[in-house]
Amino acid sequence: MQKVPTFSKGGVHPDDKKVFSRSQSIERLPMPGELVVALSQHLGAPAKALKAKGDTVVRGEKIGEATGFISADVHSPVSGTIKEIRKVTLANSVVCDAFVIIPDENQSESPATTEDWKSQSASELLAKIKDLGIVGMGGATFPAHVKFSVPKDKKVEVFVVNGVECEPYLTADYRVMLEKGEETLEGAMIGAKIIGAARIIIGIEMNKPDAIEHLKKLIAQKGYPIEVMGLKMKYPQGDEKQLLKATINREIPSGKLPLDVGAVVANIGTCNAIYEAIVLGKSLYERVISVTGECIANPKNVLAPIGTKVSDLLAFCGGFKSEPEKLVSGGPMMGFSFFDVDTPITKGSSGLLALAPQKKVRQTACLNCGRCVAACPIGLMPAKLYRYISNGEYEMAMQTSLMDCKECGCCSFVCPAHLPLVHTMKTGKKLGRKKK
Amino acid sequence: MNKPALTVSSSPHLHAKADTASIMWSVSLALAPASLWGVYVFGLRSLLVLGVSILSAMLVEYLLGRMGKESTLWDGSAFLTGLLVGMNMSPSVPLFIPFLASAFAIFVAKWTFGGLGANWANPALAGRVFVFFSFTTPMSTYVNPRTLAAVMPDGLSGATPLGFAKTALAGGTLGMDSNGLLSSAGYPATGFAQSISQATGFSAYSIDSFLGNVAGCIGEVSALALLIGGLYLLVRKIITWHIPATYLLSVALLSWIFGGIPSGLGVFSGSFFPSMFSGGLMLGALFMATDYVTSPISHKGQIIYGIGCGFFTFLFRYFGSMPEAVSVSTLLMNVVTPTIDRYIVPRKFGDTKELRKKQKEAKV
Repeated sequence: MQKVPTFSKGGVHPDDKKVFSRSQSIERLPMPGELVVALSQHLGAPAKALKAKGDTVVRGEKIGEATGFISADVHSPVSGTIKEIRKVTLANSVVCDAFVIIPDENQSESPATTEDWKSQSASELLAKIKDLGIVGMGGATFPAHVKFSVPKDKKVEVFVVNGVECEPYLTADYRVMLEKGEETLEGAMIGAKIIGAARIIIGIEMNKPDAIEHLKKLIAQKGYPIEVMGLKMKYPQGDEKQLLKATINREIPSGKLPLDVGAVVANIGTCNAIYEAIVLGKSLYERVISVTGECIANPKNVLAPIGTKVSDLLAFCGGFKSEPEKLVSGGPMMGFSFFDVDTPITKGSSGLLALAPQKKVRQTACLNCGRCVAACPIGLMPAKLYRYISNGEYEMAMQTSLMDCKECGCCSFVCPAHLPLVHTMKTGKKLGRKKK
Repeated sequence: MNKPALTVSSSPHLHAKADTASIMWSVSLALAPASLWGVYVFGLRSLLVLGVSILSAMLVEYLLGRMGKESTLWDGSAFLTGLLVGMNMSPSVPLFIPFLASAFAIFVAKWTFGGLGANWANPALAGRVFVFFSFTTPMSTYVNPRTLAAVMPDGLSGATPLGFAKTALAGGTLGMDSNGLLSSAGYPATGFAQSISQATGFSAYSIDSFLGNVAGCIGEVSALALLIGGLYLLVRKIITWHIPATYLLSVALLSWIFGGIPSGLGVFSGSFFPSMFSGGLMLGALFMATDYVTSPISHKGQIIYGIGCGFFTFLFRYFGSMPEAVSVSTLLMNVVTPTIDRYIVPRKFGDTKELRKKQKEAKV
C-alpha cells in the first residue's frame, strides 16, 4: 500500500468535531437588518473610506480603497444607505473604522458577466483580483494580488490549493468543495495561470473522502491538469509550510515564503472567490462560514454577507442550545475568542464556534515532559521559550527563534501542565519587538 | 437575544486530555503490578515499607505546601515519589529509613529547588542514594522471595544475584560468568524457571530474575511486572521509547561485549538478556530515568541521555566497587541534563546543512 502523505515533524491530532455541520448544505442568510463592514479585514494597512455617512451604495461597489502595498479594497455587500461610520472591535481585537449599512428592501443581483478568462493576460487577471478585493480566505486574509504577484526573479512550479481544513469543527471549505467544486476548480486554473504554475495540486485530508472523490470526478470530466492528493489527518497541515512539506516534500526555511521553494498556496475559498471575481465579475462581499459547536441549536454552513453581525448568524442557526463558555471566530486551534455578539464577520471568518464549558484544570509547573517539543511543527522548544519570556529575557527568546513561532497552538494543546504557551509566545513577540 | 457571559482567552481553545495529575497517577498505576508482586513475594512487611514511604512523602509535601500558597498534594507527584522510594527499599529495612528517604526526597531534592518541575535530581533516587550511603548495612540486607526461601542455602540467604557475583569476583573467583558463579555456589532456581530453562536454553537464573524470583528491593525484582507497567505507559504515550530502549540496549550491548572482562573471559562473553533483567535496571530504565523533570526535553537529547545512563550503569556494575549502579548513573545523567538541553536542540523546519553553511559564509 502506498503511504498516505503528511508532514513529518510534530503536529497533533485533535478530535475533528466536524460532525456538527459537515452534512449541512450551504444556506444563504436572509438579509440582516444592519451590516457592519470593517475597513481592516485583511493583513496589512486598513483601507481608506470612499463613502461618507448618508451615501447610498450598490452591492459590490468599492467603498474602501487599499492603502499601501499590502492592503485590499473593501466592497459593499449590499445595496443600501450608510447610516454611520464608527469604530468597531473585530474578533481578532483589531480596532478600525467600519461602515454601518442599512440594506435596501430590494437587492439587485449583481449582473452575471460570464467572461472568458483564457484570453486575458496574467496581469489583467491580477488587476481584477486586486480590484475586487480578494484576500486569502483561510483566515490569514493576506491580500491575494500580493500573493499572486510573482517577482521576475522567481519561478513558480506548483500551485497548491489548500483543501485541508485541519482546524476541528470547520466545514466551510468542505461544503464549498462539494457544492461549488466546478467553480473552485476553475478558480484554481485561473490562479495557476496568473502565477504561471504548470502543476496544480489540491491537498485534502482523508477525513473528507467524498470531497476527494467529487473533485477527482469533476477533474476527469473537465480534463483539468489538477492532482488531488489525499493527506493523512494531522494538525496543522493547513499551514502552508506543513502543506508544502506534505504535498511536494519541500521545506520553507525560516523567514522565507512558499515562492522561495517555487510554490504558491491558496485556500479553497480563495479559489472560489477568484472564480467569482474573474468569471462573474463579483467582488468579495460574501463568504461561507461554518456556524457550529456544541452550543449551537442548528449548526449550519451559511453564505453570509461580509459585515453580518454574529448575533444575526446565531439567530439564523436557532440560537444557543446551551450556554456557551466561549464564542470563537475561526477554528478552535488558532481562532480568536471574543465577547460581543454584535461583532461583525470579515473576509477571513471561516467559522463561528460556540464552545461548551471545558473541564477546568489547574495550571502546574512545567514538567519538562517534552510534549511541546515533540508537537512543534517548526522544531522550536516551546518550554524553553516560555521560560525565557516569563523571566523577561525577550532578547534570548528572539535569538531562540521565537519569531518562527506561528502560534498554531500544538504546544498549548498537548501541555499537561496547561501552561499558556501560545499566549506567552504572542506576548513575547510583542515585547521583544518593542525592546529592539 | 440574551447575551451570554463569555470567556475570552488566547488560542487554542481545545486541549488534549492529559494533565499533570492524570500523568502522575497513571505512572503510579503502572507501578502497581511490580509493587503487588513485591508484596506477594516478600510478605506484608514490604507493604508497610511502601506505606511509610508514601505517607511520609505526602506528609512532607503537605507541610511544605502549607508554607506556600497552594497545595500540590493531589497532583500525584508526592505519592509517586513516595511509591518509588518504597519500591527501592529492601523489604526488611527498619521503618525510619523509608521515612527519612522520602522526607529527603521531597524536602531536599524537590522543594529546596522550587518544587515540582524545578528539581535537577530525581527525588526518589536522591532519597534512596541518601539512605543507602547513610545506612548501608540495612539497605543492602535483603530477604529471599517466598518462591525461593525454602530452598535457599543458609550461606547465600539474602544475597541478590548481582551482589553475589560481585562479591565472588572481588574474592578472586575468575573464569566464570555470573551464571557459573551462581550455580557453582548452589544458588537455587525455581522449578518453573528450570523447566523453562531446559526448553529454551536461557539460564534458570535469568528466567527467575525476569519473573521476579530473586532477592532484591521490593519493586525491582520482577522485570516482567515492570515491563507490563512500562508497556502501559508507552501505549498511553506517557513515556516514549527513547530513554528506556536506549538505556536497556546500551547496558545489554556493553555487558555482552565487555561484561566478561572482570571475570577474565575476554570480550563478547558477557550476558545480553540477563543484564537487562537484573538489579534495578528495569525499574530504573522504565520509571526512574524517564522522569520528565530530570531527563532531556527533546527526543535526540533523550537518546543521548539513555545511552549515557547505560554506559555508567555498565561501568559501575562491572568495574565499580559498590552496588547502586542504576541509581548513581541516573543521578549522574540528571546532572548532565541541562547541558544536553542547552546544546541538543531539534532541527528547525526548513533548516538544512547547506543553508547553515550559507548563513555562516554570509556572516564572515
